[in-house]
Parts: sequence; structure tokens; C-alpha cells
Amino acid sequence: METFVQQLINGLTLGSIYALVALGYTMVYGILGLINFAHGEVVMIGALVALAAFKLLAATMLPPVLIALIGFGIAAMVCMALGWSIERIAYRPLRNAPRLAPLITAIGVSLVLQQLAMLFWGRSYHAVPALLPSEAHEILGARINEVQIIIMLAAGMAMTGLIFLVQRSKLGRAMRATAENPQVAALMGVDANKIVALTFVIGSALAALAGVLVSANYGIAHYQMGFLLGLKAFTAAVLGGIGNIGGAVLGGVLLGIIEALGAGYIGDLTGGVFGSNYQDVFAFFVLIGVLVFRPSGLMGEKVSERA
Amino acid sequence: MKTQTLVLSLSAALTLLACSKSEPPAPAAAGAPVAQAPLIVKIGHAAPLTGPQAHIGKDTEYGAQLAVDDVNAANIQVGGRTLQLQLIGEDDQADPKQGTIVAQKFVDDKVNVVIGHMNSGTTLPASVTYANAGIPQVSASATNPEYTKHGYKTAFRVMTNDEAQGKVLGEFAAGKLAAKTIAVIDDKTQYGEGIAIEFKKAASASGAKVVAEEHTDDKAVDFAAILTKIKATKPDLIFFGGMDPQAAPLSMQMKKLGIKSILLMGDGGCTADFIKNAGAAAEGQYCSKPGVPVEKMPGGPAFIAKYKAKYNAPIQLYAPYAYDAVMVVVEAIKRAGNADSAAILAELPKTAYKGVTTDIAFDEKGDIKDAAVTLYIAKGGQWEQVDTIGGKPAAPAAASAEPIPAATPSPAAIPAAK
Repeated sequence: METFVQQLINGLTLGSIYALVALGYTMVYGILGLINFAHGEVVMIGALVALAAFKLLAATMLPPVLIALIGFGIAAMVCMALGWSIERIAYRPLRNAPRLAPLITAIGVSLVLQQLAMLFWGRSYHAVPALLPSEAHEILGARINEVQIIIMLAAGMAMTGLIFLVQRSKLGRAMRATAENPQVAALMGVDANKIVALTFVIGSALAALAGVLVSANYGIAHYQMGFLLGLKAFTAAVLGGIGNIGGAVLGGVLLGIIEALGAGYIGDLTGGVFGSNYQDVFAFFVLIGVLVFRPSGLMGEKVSERA
Repeated sequence: MKTQTLVLSLSAALTLLACSKSEPPAPAAAGAPVAQAPLIVKIGHAAPLTGPQAHIGKDTEYGAQLAVDDVNAANIQVGGRTLQLQLIGEDDQADPKQGTIVAQKFVDDKVNVVIGHMNSGTTLPASVTYANAGIPQVSASATNPEYTKHGYKTAFRVMTNDEAQGKVLGEFAAGKLAAKTIAVIDDKTQYGEGIAIEFKKAASASGAKVVAEEHTDDKAVDFAAILTKIKATKPDLIFFGGMDPQAAPLSMQMKKLGIKSILLMGDGGCTADFIKNAGAAAEGQYCSKPGVPVEKMPGGPAFIAKYKAKYNAPIQLYAPYAYDAVMVVVEAIKRAGNADSAAILAELPKTAYKGVTTDIAFDEKGDIKDAAVTLYIAKGGQWEQVDTIGGKPAAPAAASAEPIPAATPSPAAIPAAK
């Protein structure tokens, strides 16, 4: 029992991390129909910038939580500027190009950011100081620490905030209008370029948050940390229904739990034929299964092909 | 206007100067009978220079580069010509596929000799390419026993293999650490899986029971799921076969989950970065490294100073071995009187070189003779030597400046040469 609960907690933590990153993918996709493969790298830049800020602030004797908040603030600003620049440089000129073109520039941007980060921060892994409260608590014999709780809360709050933003605010209405038909939205007085840029800025701020929390959870940061994370988060977004904000979180949490339970029980279930190294296979098997029956993901709506 | 002209002429002069400076004497192909022209020897070096293990790969390349610099500065005469080494460093990304591509590139570039690769996973497939091309390969770090078992005349290593290391680790776990139940995690690479297998064999033979076997990969950072599974089996000790990018978060997540088992690792986790990144979670964990500690190597202190002076960074792992690998080749070239791959190949088995790491001689398979393995514990933010097993009898005796807790379990059980 306590092993099962612990695996659920492991899965929820991992899943909330995926969810936070998946939100960024899904927002951009929802508006532009573009898969922003550089998003994982923005997460990485967020983590490394925040780490640099932590190191600078370490001497100031401020309370650790305040340092974490300031570090996150700086990382968010850098990432927002970065997100804006990426959109301006790599995507906007290709707005009317065939869909494959921005996909390729996205991969290009991702590689450029990785290599720049390698030049800037070096190849080594960096230890991330424990600034957030990390005391462990026991639930039904399983352990959960405060960083994990913060991650879960952050994912939930980010989702609620985004849904509110998109569904209730004026900006959200402009976003939905742009997503539906940019040309018509423009006729109604919506500045589509501004809306898209804002979407990237908001997505990048979320990436910074994810970067800070991921590095806090694992205690390390590295210039390649964004790549695999981005890939998994993208998978989560597809699983939940890409373009759907609630779906990104659902997909993320599901993927995390499937991975944890897969690693934990697949060996026993198959009598040792498959070991824990098959956890990814297991996760992708579920993904394929879902997509066969629901091609647009768990919460994705059937939308007619965009004009 | 005037200043502009001045600046222009100055920069022109500088460019001229730079040009004349960088103009090398016409490079002669190795072995070409041009009298007095320097004997240029191309040395290929392959290691991951990008990716999670890039810091260890670069460390290895630095080691080789130091040797190249030393040799070039020493003005060594071979057959009446000055020996000039050129290091061609390639990135194999620790990826077996990329490893064979790099190997083919070295063959096409007609390198005289190859130092590397760093990982067992890349060294093994690449060794076939070098064997077919007749290019000698000296690995400073690939520890998988398979490497020298194929009977390739071109394969050499200056590093203890995992058969010896895994055996020492297994006996240490069941013996001195008194572990009755053991969980084993590996990263499914040639190295990680290889050393885990050797470890399991030796630990089981020494009376310990393997209660869990889990696997991860060399890109993972989240081990909560497999650790939770292991926690339920309550092992005395967890063995990890893999590298430090995984080992550090692994040990931190052990702490988080409240697992009190000892963590034991092979050389892949035995780095300065492991302690730096795992922080408090590193304390009290054990690891092993082939050879003796750098500080206690015959040429260790001098090498540390040289490395620090040039790169201003701590040695990660294999730099001194890469240095020796290059030096062993240079000795072979000196004895042969030329730098043809075939000539080097004929001389390498006769190696008897007092290197930085130890006295190097090869057995008939190309493995280093009298291999030593040293065990360490993380204490106060540093790896502290616990014990050295095997090796030249003189080395550990001279090295025992600090008290060793107890006698080695069975030094005789580890054959000096494999």
C-alpha cells in the first residue's frame, strides 16, 4: 500500500512537471497551430538564469524563499524576452509559409539555444541550492516533500489562471478570435501579431516557472535538461489534446502516473519479462492506444482544418 | 583621418606579422622521406564533447592535449626528425552510432593512432573499424572487458577493466560493507550493464543476495519510481552502474524517499562533480576507481599542478590516463623510429613505461598488467581513499600514508593481470 501511494506521489510530481511545460506547448499550438519545439529550451534557460541569480544573491543574506522568488522573477523576465524574440525572429516571418517551415526553424532555435547555453554555462551539471522549503511529510507511510507540493500547486494554479485568462478576459477573447481565424480577427480590430507575441511571452513565463521548479526538485541543472523534458511534455500535450489547456494538465499528470506505475509494477505484472527500463515504452503504448480511439487526444475537440 | 590611417597601417602590419608567425614549415606526410622536416603524427581522440557526459569527455581530451603539448615542447628526435604531434579531437556524443562515424573519419583522415574512445559503448564498435584499418587504438577509459576479448591486435587500454573492478566492488560490498541484501541499478549502457553484471557475480559469490534489479538510461533524472520499488525490498546496499549525471540525482532522491541503504558505484560515479552536485546526499556513499588516487600516482602531484595551471579546473576522471595513453604511443614511436601505424602496432605490446598513473605494460590481450582498483568514501565533500586492491605491490604500500581501516578482504583473490 505505501509503495503504491509513494508511486502515485512520484507520478503526480513528475506529471505536474510535464503539465507545467505542456501548458506552454498547448498555448502556442492553440493559437498558431505551431509546435514550438524550442519551448523545452526556454525551460532550460529559465532554470540556468535563475541559478545564476541565486548565486549572485547568495551573498545578500536574504531569506531563501525571497531569493527564490527574485531569481524566478529575473528568469521569467529573461525568458519572456527570449520567447518574444524567438517568435519575432523564427516564426513571424514564416507565418504564411507552409506548416513544415516553422517546425524546422523551431528545431533550429532549439539547437541554437542549447549550444549557446553550453558555451555560456559550460558542459557541467550545476548543483541547484535548496532554497524552497523541502521538509518531508508522511502520508499513508509515503513521503512527500514541500517542493513536490509546490510543483503540484503551481501546475494547478497555472492551469486555472490560463483557463481564466483565455475564457474570461478581453485578451483571451482576442486570443480565441486569432486562433479561430486570424484574418477575420484582424478585421475586428485584433492585432494578431501582438496577440501571438503575448502568447509566447506568457508561455515563456510559464517555462521559467517550470525551469525553476524542475531544477529545485532534482537539485541539478544542465544545458540539455530541456530537450527530453520538452519531448515528454509535448507527448503529454498530445495525450491530453493539444491546444486544450485542461488537456495539457490532464495529459501531463496521466503521463507522469503511467510512467511511475509502469516502472513500479511492469516487472511484477509481466513476471520479470519487461523491467523498469520499459517505462517509456509503456507510456508511449498508452499514448498510441489513446490516439487510435481519440485522435485529437483525451480532451481535444474535433476541429475542422484551419483555413 | 590621421588616426584612421595609423590604425589601418597598424592592423595591416599586425595581420602580416600574424601571417608570418602562423606559417608553419611545409607539413610533410608522415613517413615521407623528407630530411629534417618534422615528423607529423596525427592522433585521433574521441570522447563525448556534448551531452550529459561532456565534462568527462573534455577532461579526457585535456589529458591527451597536455601530453601532446609536452611532447611537442620536448623537441624529441625520431629518425633525425623532430616529432610533432597533432591531436584531432572528435565528439562521439557517447553514442555508438556516432562512435563508428568518428572512427571512419579517423581512418579517412589517416590518423596514425587513436586515443579513445571514452565510453565502452563507443569503444567496442569503433574497435572493429580500427582493427580492419590496422590503426592502433589505446583507450584511456573504456572498462568493458569485451573490448580486449575479440582478439584485435589493435586494441589496447591503460585502464583496469570492469572484470577486475566489478569483482573488487562485489567483494567489498559483501565483505567490508557487510551487505546481505543488495539492489542493483544500471543505465543499460555497455559500461553500466557490464560493471553491474560483474558486480552481481562477485557479490553473489561472496554471499550477498540480489533482491532487486532495476534499469534506467543515461539521460534520465527521475529515479523516484524505481527507487520506491527498491525501497520496498529494504536492501542494505544499492549498487549503481552508470555515470555521475545520473548518480547525483539518484543519491539525492534516495535521501528524499528516506532510503537508508548505502550507495556504491563504479568509476562512472566516482567524480568531483558527483559530490558537488549531490551535496549532502553524497556523504557516506562509496565508489571505486581503477588505478590509485591521482594524488598517489607516481606522477600525480606534478600532473595535478600542470592540469590546474593550464585549465584551471579540477581533474574529473580520466585525464591522467589519457596522458599516459599518448605517452605510451610516443614511446612506441621512439622505439620504432618511425610513426607508421604498423610500426607503432609492433612496438606497443613491448611497452614498459613509467607513466603518470602507474608502470604500464600490456598483457597478451592488450589489457594493462597489474591492474589496481581503489575504493573511496565521500567524506566532508571529498572522496577519501578507503582501500587499494591489486596493482604493483610497491604502489599501495607507498600510498598507505593514511590509516587504512582494515586489511583487504582477499588481495590475492584479484588476479594481477587478466
